[in-house]
Amino acid sequence: MNTVTGAWDWLTDPANWAGADGIRHRLVQHLVLTAVCLVASCLVALPVALVLGHLGRGGALAVNISNVGRAVPTFAVLVLLLLTPVGDWGEGPTIVALVLFAVPPLLTNAYVGMREVDRDVVRAARGMGMTGPQLLRRVEVPLAMPMILNGVRIAAVQLVATATIAALAGGGGLGRIITAGFNLASTPQVVAGAVLVAVFALLVEAVFETVERLAPVRGSR
Amino acid sequence: MTAPPDDCLARNEWICGDYLSSRREILLDAVAQHLRITLLAVLVAVLLAVPLAVLARRWGWAAGPVLAVTTVLYTIPSLAMFSLLLPVYGLSSALVVAGLVLYSLTLLVRNVLAGLRAVPEETRQAARGMGYGPVRLLLTVELPLALPSSMAGLRIATVSAVSLATVGAIVGFGGLGNLIYAGMNTYFKAQVLTASVLCVVIAVAADLLLLGVQWLITPWTRAARR
Repeated sequence: MNTVTGAWDWLTDPANWAGADGIRHRLVQHLVLTAVCLVASCLVALPVALVLGHLGRGGALAVNISNVGRAVPTFAVLVLLLLTPVGDWGEGPTIVALVLFAVPPLLTNAYVGMREVDRDVVRAARGMGMTGPQLLRRVEVPLAMPMILNGVRIAAVQLVATATIAALAGGGGLGRIITAGFNLASTPQVVAGAVLVAVFALLVEAVFETVERLAPVRGSR
Repeated sequence: MTAPPDDCLARNEWICGDYLSSRREILLDAVAQHLRITLLAVLVAVLLAVPLAVLARRWGWAAGPVLAVTTVLYTIPSLAMFSLLLPVYGLSSALVVAGLVLYSLTLLVRNVLAGLRAVPEETRQAARGMGYGPVRLLLTVELPLALPSSMAGLRIATVSAVSLATVGAIVGFGGLGNLIYAGMNTYFKAQVLTASVLCVVIAVAADLLLLGVQWLITPWTRAARR
């Protein structure tokens, strides 16, 4: 119980919210890192996945890349990047690692979504004289949207988790509150930081789940 | 004064044979800790997940809450999960094991439940007709038929646990993660790369091993495909 009240006291102390190491700054860092990297990952992964899905090529790669992503430890990649020249460039390792781990779920889900579009529908669209790009934009993408958004949600949750681990390798974000707590041997601060990260992750998941639930309804109308 | 040694350790190269030979003990200890932590976590998770999935299958109302709780657990980032367990377990390997169990639970419960649900009703009725009681039905018909789906979950859970165990370095019980953490602080390239590669090797080996086990214990899936 002591830890709980300690963590609560730590969270409600205004001094812990201000400054470069304060909660507010770390929260903004975490949010910006996650959002920027999510947009970047989508820009990288989605066009590739949609075109591959449309053409029906490279399926083995698109599907297996997720399994490879799971086997490679995030922490190891972060540290490896930190020791390469990328490490000299501030948040470089964090950004590269974030994008690397967000791309596989985006790629796999979007690809599978595109391939699962009913072949009869595709054939009907072709019969109506749709060209390849038209078919992609007006038929396949709208029908694959639920799977694509599912990939975006998984990627977003993965990004929040990776950004947290980045703190172990010197990156910014909410994880820094936890690592600072460990360095100070302050269990209340560690727990307070962990609660912040957990709430942040659950909020992100909730936001994307809402988006997912609302989007297909709009498409099918 | 003697000249400093000019080997790959002194030059801090990424790939270094001398590192492997001179630090063999440290590496083996780290691998052993890594295996111990992951194995224990996956075992405990299986022992918890199977009854949970069976209960969720028996009582439909329990499925929603069980899946919701495990999903929430899965969403919490690993560093935060280990930190939240700190007041309970202190700085111990039990903390890392407990954290990994919570992650594996999600994947296992979901897959075992999906496997149980996929057992055809006709199969169940046939077994009942042959005089199978509920326990015998579960143990000799339903659970075996749920094996392919359960094993798929087990493989994902094991691979994830191997990779997530490295984060345990924050409390000093991360197996190979400890070497990566120490290597980062001392800028020791060979150590970081060797430990990272070993981690991936363990994950892939575990995955292949489980794939082999699955092949051995589900002979009927092979017969059906032929």
